[in-house]
Amino acid sequence: MKKAISLGLAAVMAASLTACGGGSAETTAAGSEAASTAAEGSESESTEAAGESAAAEGGTIKLGVIGPLTGPAAAYGIAVQNGADLAVKEINAAGGANGVMFEVKAEDDENDSEKAINAYNTLKDWGMQMLVGTTTSKPCIAVAAETANDNMFQITPSGSAVECVANDNVFRVCFADPDQGTASAKYIGENKLATKVAIIYDSSTEYSSGIRESFVKEAPNYGIEVVADEAFTADTNTDFSVQLDKAKEAGAELVFLPIYYQEASVILKQAADKDFAPIFFGCDGMDGILTVENFDTSLAEGLMLLTPFSVTEESSKAFTEAYVAAYGIEPNQFAADSYDAVYAIAAAVEKAGITADMSVSDMCDAMKTAMTEISIDGLTGADMTWNAAGEPNKAPKAAKIVNGEYVME
Amino acid sequence: MSFLSYLINGISLGSIYAIIALGYTMVYGIARMLNFAHGDIIMVGGFVIFTIVSTLSLPPALGILAAVVVCTVLGVTIERVAYRPLRGASSLAVLITAIGVSYLLQNVALLIFGSNARQFTSVVNVPSLKLAGGALSISGVTMVTIVTCLVIMVCLTQFISRTKVGQAMLAVSEDRGAATLMGIDVNRTIAITFAIGSALAAIAGALLCSAYPSLTPYTGSMPGIKAFVAAVFGGIGSIPGALIGGILLGVIENLSKAYISSQLSDAIVFSVLIVVLLVRPTGILGRKITEKV
Repeated sequence: MKKAISLGLAAVMAASLTACGGGSAETTAAGSEAASTAAEGSESESTEAAGESAAAEGGTIKLGVIGPLTGPAAAYGIAVQNGADLAVKEINAAGGANGVMFEVKAEDDENDSEKAINAYNTLKDWGMQMLVGTTTSKPCIAVAAETANDNMFQITPSGSAVECVANDNVFRVCFADPDQGTASAKYIGENKLATKVAIIYDSSTEYSSGIRESFVKEAPNYGIEVVADEAFTADTNTDFSVQLDKAKEAGAELVFLPIYYQEASVILKQAADKDFAPIFFGCDGMDGILTVENFDTSLAEGLMLLTPFSVTEESSKAFTEAYVAAYGIEPNQFAADSYDAVYAIAAAVEKAGITADMSVSDMCDAMKTAMTEISIDGLTGADMTWNAAGEPNKAPKAAKIVNGEYVME
Repeated sequence: MSFLSYLINGISLGSIYAIIALGYTMVYGIARMLNFAHGDIIMVGGFVIFTIVSTLSLPPALGILAAVVVCTVLGVTIERVAYRPLRGASSLAVLITAIGVSYLLQNVALLIFGSNARQFTSVVNVPSLKLAGGALSISGVTMVTIVTCLVIMVCLTQFISRTKVGQAMLAVSEDRGAATLMGIDVNRTIAITFAIGSALAAIAGALLCSAYPSLTPYTGSMPGIKAFVAAVFGGIGSIPGALIGGILLGVIENLSKAYISSQLSDAIVFSVLIVVLLVRPTGILGRKITEKV
């Protein structure tokens, strides 16, 4: 009996040593494979949805999710986590992709590049084989450099900065920033929303300055005059009175806010205090504004935003119901992006005939080709396809907030 | 007309800096230390008000009163626990302790409230003033801030020049050793200074969050740094200096945002500080220091 216990202990020790070795110097595909097998062996109790189906013919592919689960951008990260989780549950329940099951685990990056790298390493220790993430642009760029080194397949639901998909192993579901700026100018121009437009943007984030740059470039082509072009930074993101005064002074009919919802909620409040009521128009970062604690949502009435998803749309009914049942809140576009990302992975896995026992690098190479060959009808667009650069091809959509709900225009 | 609007907003912002700067300047003048946790006491005040007014739906006046009490107790406790034992230590050790306390407060708030920003419900219910046929609109909180700042300034100078405790503060700031010999309880005087500074921080927190309605555990840190700059600008240790420094800083910040670049406003503010310090190393109203050999 004693002997059996000591043997067992020795085996556990050996397994944990392998895992540590793989975790600390995990640059080779072989190393990460060793880690993943060790992790699978010792951590079977932590697996949730796919735990019982680990013995399925294609095995289980481990998907990592990274995003801000706490902090000012938490609404994005939590939605991405839930969206991926829901998609994985559905795919597994339907028998997987060619019998390949999926398992998902999320790590928090607090919208911080350094913490995102830590989260990435934690997930690699867990045995991650593909990455759904990261959620926000800045951390995504940092993590993309790591996945390129490891040749791990990465699909970001919502990392919209151009550099996010600079490497050929990264794809995205949302539009790139310049495309959002261009699409906004096009939407405002073609729907004759305004001719005099003011911009208030955050010059300390790539996301915001990227959209603003392409908007400014594109605006003249649609008869839009940019009458005020005002910036703020992460250190000056509480007082917008001067920027709003200048926009008002310049006679802006529409204020374009290519920023995150947190600052936008303050801008809406300060504009209301000044009796300044132009049309406010935002991009995907505006999504989440209705969830700010203690925010008077009536201030957001009439706010327009470029968004690929709305719960009021006919095509998203089933998804919305399942999401609300599972997580107790309404999904936003980040949830939809991430849901589509997982379905895209499943489609590509099926197309390329990938199995869970392939090395991370081989898997990635197969995915790169397969992604350009699939077409999915997602929540964020019908007939979505991808090019080799990792950019999606789908039509832009905009919504307006009416009675606290997104209504597609 | 827009110039006037920028100017008034600048004075209002500057008034908040001035109230915060008072806390820095008094503590520095009397205890000869930089209390970097001061900005975070503002944040604590903000959260106390938020909890009472928005979460418990009690009247704003009660919220402000509670914030003043909590911040005063907190300030005195911090002084007693973290700073008093280091009274004889090098000023560098005290400075580092202050930074430590600042991080402690931020992280405790992070633990209790999380880092999600909250929209702060204004505690000032004064309608905005419309002048020149609506072309110039001054919000209620702007007016209240400026008036509050002036009232505090007058009360504080009167307090220091007219009361015994105030005189004791002056004496301690002049020469701590001599003050002790004259029978002044230095520890008690410094504790009172912290109490006043922290109570002012609570009021600054109420005004800051009402004017710029976003509350996070980091809300106090940037205004805290700017107010410190304002205190140095006006001459650290001088109470009218804090007022002048704060208001100048707010006005320069807002006007450079309006007329030069909204992106460079902070850079311009700090450049002005450097220039002022080059010309007058002790700040605008700072005392001349004559080094004796």
